[in-house]
Amino acid sequence: MKKAIHYINQFFAGIGGEDTADYKPEIREGAIGPALALSTMLNAEVTHTIICGDNYIGSNTDEAIKEILGFLEGKEFDIFVAGPAFQAGRYGVACGNICKAVKEKFNVPVITSMNEENPGVEMFKKDMYVFRGGKSAAKLKDDVKVMAAFANKILNGEKTGSADEEGFFPRGIRAQVWLESGKTGAQRGVEMLIKKLNGIPFETELPIPALDRVPVAAPIADLSKANIAMVTTGGIVPVNNPDRIQSASATRWGRYDISNVDRLESGVYKTIHAGFDPAAADADPNVIMPIDAMKVYLKEGKFGKLHDYFYSTVGTGTTQAEAARMAKEIIEKLKEDKVDGVIMTST
Amino acid sequence: MVKEIERAGIPVVQMCNLIPVATTVGSNKIVPTISIPYPLGDPSTSLETQWKLRYYRVGVALDALTDDIKEQKVYKVKI
Repeated sequence: MKKAIHYINQFFAGIGGEDTADYKPEIREGAIGPALALSTMLNAEVTHTIICGDNYIGSNTDEAIKEILGFLEGKEFDIFVAGPAFQAGRYGVACGNICKAVKEKFNVPVITSMNEENPGVEMFKKDMYVFRGGKSAAKLKDDVKVMAAFANKILNGEKTGSADEEGFFPRGIRAQVWLESGKTGAQRGVEMLIKKLNGIPFETELPIPALDRVPVAAPIADLSKANIAMVTTGGIVPVNNPDRIQSASATRWGRYDISNVDRLESGVYKTIHAGFDPAAADADPNVIMPIDAMKVYLKEGKFGKLHDYFYSTVGTGTTQAEAARMAKEIIEKLKEDKVDGVIMTST
Repeated sequence: MVKEIERAGIPVVQMCNLIPVATTVGSNKIVPTISIPYPLGDPSTSLETQWKLRYYRVGVALDALTDDIKEQKVYKVKI
């Protein structure tokens, strides 16, 4: 029989409420509280329950995760479940943190459940299956049932459906599917258009995520002293593409030293972007990554310093989730060099 | 990517051709380019024309980094 381990907080373990929220991590054999409910619905044995106080893990996150990962060392388990956390913010964040760490270290599927108002949803929905849960513990049984049904599919090696079909928050991952209807994109597009023209409701296949506006960053006060970095999604790379950045749906990026060149020469750099005819950019990579113009402005003293590297990836087919992740990785490098401003060229 | 950079507090200018996409997604400072495959230099024009266009528009982008705006702005370009 397959095995599962379940994480819950001090309250659901029956230890106590806020007064015991500093409870240190503990592992117990068998299923306790929500884990007991899970064990009756799961095609697996819940061998252990991990308990931790919400405040303890909130204030000592790294230590708590380390201790809990230590408990799991050497234990066999096929799936890890946490919560459900409902609207309990600290509990939700704890479930997310633990699931993420367990997934990274042990590479097993992790599942949790939170209400959409739980801040843990935004923080972790892209990292794991976070099921849409109820507002309070009154929904405990329902939420556990949904998680158990999905967990059983994974444990049995069955095909799982989309986020909406299964009931978890979209993770920003695209999956290819064969439609049972067998209708091509062209047919579906025309059907949608006809519905739209006739004022009949239709469902888009490409929902645009809700607008997320970012406040304008403070402008550069003195450009002549500023350190500027160049970034592109136009796929300009050294001709051998050393970082093997994908030509579409990229998950990788690279940075390339331009401290000793006046421009990007054809034959040394090219584009690997699959979304347009590369001829012009291969003949002169500066039409996408204008290092030549930047170097002239630098010599003229218009700005103070050109960051030693330009950064590149491919924008076509790349999900927003991947783009955001790559940007965060790039930002770390920019901050190391105290970059003051960025020019991003997109194709 | 632009938004993540801006969110990190680093001013950023996006140079791109698909202005409606950039405005919808939420870039704050946008400098238009002339096409997708060759944003900053049309190969059917002379190298000098290409250079003038590229030098000018990159200059607009650099100046935009110093611009104190309160809301999204698409910069006007003359060439």
